[in-house]
Amino acid sequence: MTEFGFDTLQIHAGARPDPATGARQVPIYQTTAYVFRDADHAAALFNLQEVGYIYSRLTNPTVAALQERVATLEGGVGAVCCSSGHAAQIMALFPLMTPGDNVVVSTRLYGGSITQFSQTIKRFGWSATFVDFDDIDAVKAAADENTKAIFCESISNPGGYLTDIPAVAAVADGLGIPLIVDNTLASPYLCKPIEMGATLVVHSLTKYLTGNGTVTGGVVVDSGNFDWSASDKFPSLSQPEPAYHGLKFHETFGNLAFTFHGIAIGLRDLGMTLNPQAAHYTLMGIETLSLRMQRHVENAEKVAAWLEADPRVDYVTYAGLPSSPYAARKAAIYPKGAGALFTFAVKGGYEACVKLVDSVEIFSHVANLGDTRSLIIHSASTTHRQLTLEQQEAAGAGPSVVRLSIGIEDADDLIRDLDQALAAATA
Amino acid sequence: MDYSDTYLRAILTESKTIAAVGVSTNSIRPSYFVTRYLSLKKYRVLPVNPVYEGQRLFGEEIYPSMAALPRDVQVDMVDIFRRSDQVVPVVEEAIAELLPRGLKSIWMQIGVINDEAAALAKAAGLKVVMDRCPKIEHQRLFGELRMGGFNTGIISSKL
Repeated sequence: MTEFGFDTLQIHAGARPDPATGARQVPIYQTTAYVFRDADHAAALFNLQEVGYIYSRLTNPTVAALQERVATLEGGVGAVCCSSGHAAQIMALFPLMTPGDNVVVSTRLYGGSITQFSQTIKRFGWSATFVDFDDIDAVKAAADENTKAIFCESISNPGGYLTDIPAVAAVADGLGIPLIVDNTLASPYLCKPIEMGATLVVHSLTKYLTGNGTVTGGVVVDSGNFDWSASDKFPSLSQPEPAYHGLKFHETFGNLAFTFHGIAIGLRDLGMTLNPQAAHYTLMGIETLSLRMQRHVENAEKVAAWLEADPRVDYVTYAGLPSSPYAARKAAIYPKGAGALFTFAVKGGYEACVKLVDSVEIFSHVANLGDTRSLIIHSASTTHRQLTLEQQEAAGAGPSVVRLSIGIEDADDLIRDLDQALAAATA
Repeated sequence: MDYSDTYLRAILTESKTIAAVGVSTNSIRPSYFVTRYLSLKKYRVLPVNPVYEGQRLFGEEIYPSMAALPRDVQVDMVDIFRRSDQVVPVVEEAIAELLPRGLKSIWMQIGVINDEAAALAKAAGLKVVMDRCPKIEHQRLFGELRMGGFNTGIISSKL
């Protein structure tokens, strides 16, 4: 196979001309169902003997183009899109877990994910053990015989902490379980977890991949590298599936098994489908991913350096700063940049943070990130509000820090805006 | 074992008739899946398995051996559904019985790898593929996997 560069793939992967019309941009296939050629064709599709379109809860040509594009950029064999990043996390765990199983999870996650893992998954009979992923021995020690996966974010929300993915992948490998990496904050341009040993990658498509704050969506990418039949830990993939007459997914579909399962069981029965209109926006966004990420990083480095030097600021967590404790890890694992999301502490604590957020003019006060626009939020009172103070501190979202998602505007304008807001906040 | 798309496409395009050695009549077995798919894609699939001799699969009689296949049929490819350590005699029989009748390639399914058998086939002038599935490669190369969101590796501005 010819090796294409990232910039070529982000435009062309999955997007050959439309076979029906020759349309050069991927058309939006706004249809619920698809006509079968004949009864044999229908039977083959329903039996998973042929790949094709049945019903848009399962597959759709526009969504499939996006799935192939993200799978290609991440270096996986296949991908399943779903309705949000949170849906993607459930879709990733669902084939792996049975009641009584657990997942070992980093303490440094988006607050909504901490709640999903610490509270909501209990309703499925699953549980999560939270660990500081800088303590690799603790990660290993947290696993028991019912642990079915390890989960972390590559670059974590909100502090921009960088996970040592190769080290965590080695632990997962030793335990014979998959590592799932949420690569939302890095995007495949800054980090390719599969190349570092991850089995599955999940994304919120809502963020950098779409890039312009227009849609919510998620995706699960499978590396195709995990042997689901090597142990009896993953019966959904290795054992007969009653809903398909006893078919064994791994034996039948080889390294495409996880993706087939995601469509045939996950989307079919959980129904967290991405709509084709959303897929189209995301496809257009990804066409410029590398260019945007370069500017996001360049701006983040400038803004973080300016904040760090400002006497009104206590500290800045950006891992792309030379002073960061993660500088060595950044150089080794994230050489193209540490992303564009970080926090900083304002001298004056909680009150000053709230006043700062109310005083910005260019930064938007919203609960989102990865937009072309620069965004600001006080995590402790919003995105991480459901957490205890201890959980907030562990996640890097304590009451005295403000989170920035640096956009692709002119860095000087962003700095000027923060300057005037800091003046108002610390007056 | 890295095979170029051109090489795999050539085998799947030049083959019209395929002998499926070790095929099962159990509809949830991978061998049934693969051969049913190939027959749906208009390949003529001749099932070979002594266990099911005389039964029928996809409109064809199941033969006990390659030697028992009808003499007037040209078999282009042998697709092997056997354990790796049982492949050498299959390839020897394929060369003896089917090479004189135009055999062009030997295909071993995912997980089936036997270097000795591959060397024998190559020495006889046959194309060889190991540890791959012709169904998955056909789906990937001819556009079907595209419909499921798989990474086909195909970048093209052509229709």
